[in-house]
Amino acid sequence: MSALLGKLSWDALPYDPIVITTLCVVAVAAFVVAFLVIKNNLLGVLWNDWLTSVDHKRLGVMYIVLAFVMLIRGFADAIMMRLQLALATNGDPGYLPPSHYDQIFTAHGVIMIIFMAMPFMIGLMNIVVPLQIGARDVAFPFLNNLSFWLAVSGAVLVNISLGLGEFAMTGWVAYPPLSGLEYSPGVGVDYYIWALQISGIGTTLTAVNFLVTVFKMRAPGMKLMDMPIFTWTCTWANILIAASFPILTAVLAMLTLDRYLDFHFFTNDGGGNSMMYINLFWAWGHPEVYILVLPAFGIFSEIVSTFTGKRLFGYKSMVWATASISILGFIVWLHHFFTMGSSANVNAFFGIMTMIIAVPTGVKLFNWLFTMYRGRLRVTVPVLWTLGFMVTFTIGGMTGVLLAVPGADYVLHNSLFLIAHFHNTIIGGAVFGYLAGFAFWFPKVMGFHLNVKLGKAAFWCWLVGFFLAFMPLYVLGFLGMTRRLNHTDNPDWNIWLYIAVVGAFVILAGIICQFLQLYVSFRDRKQNLDTTGDPWNGHTLEWATSSPPQFYNFAELPVVSDIDAFTDMKEKGTAYVRKESYAPIHMPRNTMAGIVIGGLITAFGFAMIWHIWWLAIVGLVGSIVTFVVRAYTKDVDYYVQPDEVARIENAHLDNVAKG
Amino acid sequence: MSTTHMNTHGAHDAAHDEHHDTGGNTVFGFWLYLMTDCLLFASVFATYAVLFMNTAGGVSGKEIFELELILAGTAALLISSITFGFAMICAHRKNRAGTLMWLVATFIFGGIFIALELYEFNHLIHNGNGPQASAFLSAFFSLVGLHGLHVTAGLIWMIILFVEIVMTGLTGRALTRLACLSLFWHFLDIIWICVFTVVYLMGAI
Repeated sequence: MSALLGKLSWDALPYDPIVITTLCVVAVAAFVVAFLVIKNNLLGVLWNDWLTSVDHKRLGVMYIVLAFVMLIRGFADAIMMRLQLALATNGDPGYLPPSHYDQIFTAHGVIMIIFMAMPFMIGLMNIVVPLQIGARDVAFPFLNNLSFWLAVSGAVLVNISLGLGEFAMTGWVAYPPLSGLEYSPGVGVDYYIWALQISGIGTTLTAVNFLVTVFKMRAPGMKLMDMPIFTWTCTWANILIAASFPILTAVLAMLTLDRYLDFHFFTNDGGGNSMMYINLFWAWGHPEVYILVLPAFGIFSEIVSTFTGKRLFGYKSMVWATASISILGFIVWLHHFFTMGSSANVNAFFGIMTMIIAVPTGVKLFNWLFTMYRGRLRVTVPVLWTLGFMVTFTIGGMTGVLLAVPGADYVLHNSLFLIAHFHNTIIGGAVFGYLAGFAFWFPKVMGFHLNVKLGKAAFWCWLVGFFLAFMPLYVLGFLGMTRRLNHTDNPDWNIWLYIAVVGAFVILAGIICQFLQLYVSFRDRKQNLDTTGDPWNGHTLEWATSSPPQFYNFAELPVVSDIDAFTDMKEKGTAYVRKESYAPIHMPRNTMAGIVIGGLITAFGFAMIWHIWWLAIVGLVGSIVTFVVRAYTKDVDYYVQPDEVARIENAHLDNVAKG
Repeated sequence: MSTTHMNTHGAHDAAHDEHHDTGGNTVFGFWLYLMTDCLLFASVFATYAVLFMNTAGGVSGKEIFELELILAGTAALLISSITFGFAMICAHRKNRAGTLMWLVATFIFGGIFIALELYEFNHLIHNGNGPQASAFLSAFFSLVGLHGLHVTAGLIWMIILFVEIVMTGLTGRALTRLACLSLFWHFLDIIWICVFTVVYLMGAI
């Protein structure tokens, strides 16, 4: 331990050839990106229009970029695991030693949930929610930017762990006493703690921000029960975030005290109680899965309604079903550890509550079916994802009800059946939903269409690959294979492990199609422009703007009198009306405070991980000072002048008229 | 203290010099943040409730709590809430000097509370009853310390706001911030009453 560098030394550098190769590839990629940015003179654009932007649409795009980058990392982990398990059969050790393999399955879980799914969901919410409620931005634009940079900060820490030191080897739940200092003396768990803690605080701030936005900034005339269904599902997700993320903050802080200051919350000695960690962790962790999936349900609802050309069937029951799921989601956490040894009655209560969640979920599914009934469904890429979801998620839901039976859970607990179940719901529910939303709103955000052929190819690869990769895991669960095994020695399992690895490669093909689609669509963007702003004949207010939307969203706040506000405007003929004059629009100025605080907090987290105390103090105090300086700043806003508004609006209306 | 009255007033003033981030939104957002903070405390309270009997052969609450000292601290914190209320009344009457004076009084009483808490912690650690001694003491130091950390943050915020009011006067923005800090301060009082009851009074039985 040196005062200058803490626990950091040459030993922290990687020696594993796989890691070194990965780092080299990342370095080359970073170099290429930096080169392209500088060569095309985009540094100023990047800084002024994106990194320091407080515009919710641009922040949304950056969240989704973050999600895609972390998807690559998380998926690389996934395919390495499947390869290892396909190679390491019949007692063969495979190519990944246990210490590396354990880091990979931990990183895979953390990255996919916290740094892929969450940013993707929050990105879509950022882009769409203010537009759907007819607002010019979120309630606190600077805070929104800060939340983003805190999420990035967490992601950066996870990625640094690849090159310096190690990541946790505990599984993504990091249960003590395994994650305590006694059994995990390295820096891995500390990377885990600070990455989750920092990004979690950002997520909490996002929830507060969006709750104020939907409760205080809806367009005139829009009652709560007029809000578009995606906004409603995001609102419930935000309520869940506000109610559950503080528990994660608390439990991580306690684990931190155990590890750094020798407290006894969860230790074996001193009267600690590790089950307390597991209870608190899942009191956050279970609502978290609904935080991920509810907005996806909202996306499917918008898509089904838009592409059948009908109003959503059972709007009110949809809102109340979402509410029921949110509230029930808080009283089922114990089903993650039926085997803890609670009394039969306690297990029965949590088992029954878990099964009841299937009821409101079923309500949603039937609402989608009834919306399609007697509609004319246009089978586009977003609709394909939706249909794929309806089949896949139903299977995942049913295996979930099966696991909710405590007796069955005693047999299947920690088996690959469980792994198959939650991938079935998270991929088939949340990820399919985000990819559907990505295809649905892409022309709105970027102003041009995505290539349809590659979009369909991506969907079919994902769907087929998913079934190939995860159905064998159900079988393996029944055959008795437990999770987190590094190698196996049971000939009966081999064939299923081989099928699963084939599935993983089919999914890889899907991801490649997805990126190829982005490239091809960008290359051919001039031929595929969306000039109307309403490419799908949409129902809600985001389609009332141009594509991409004006930076102020709405020149005049729309007056709303119907759930499908934009359909209503189109029917009344008020959708594209040229105004004589416009009022000046009040807008927030961009600020570099968010990215500076994000950088300082990253330094703080890094310093805490490596016990570099001076840097930790600099990072923490620096970020507080930056925040205070920003708080004193007076010049935080400006007005867009009426003539500029008129010019932008008229250009858009000319485009619409041309068709 | 009628907070609703203060809030509407703040929002009205703020509407003049702050169009985008209006005071009403800020106070509502801050209130939501306080709810998340409340759940943070709830989690630590729950942990304390689970662990307070796990003394690992060491001391229990009954043996170490000095209720007279805690009562003095509690009185200081409750008085600081009243003085903050007076500061808010002065602020709404646009009485800058009065506001600043009552803020100083609040700061002093808050400072007394923190000083007494630090004395208590120091005393306990000195006698070998630090947070490392048992799960009970870990939970005790964390719960009481978390509240103390919040009060300290409130005191720092008070200094920052004091400087802002001295420099710019009672603008709409300053009033909104004062309303937020006021909510924060009263919230910490409520939390403390729970700590005082659950940890100290029930622990001393």
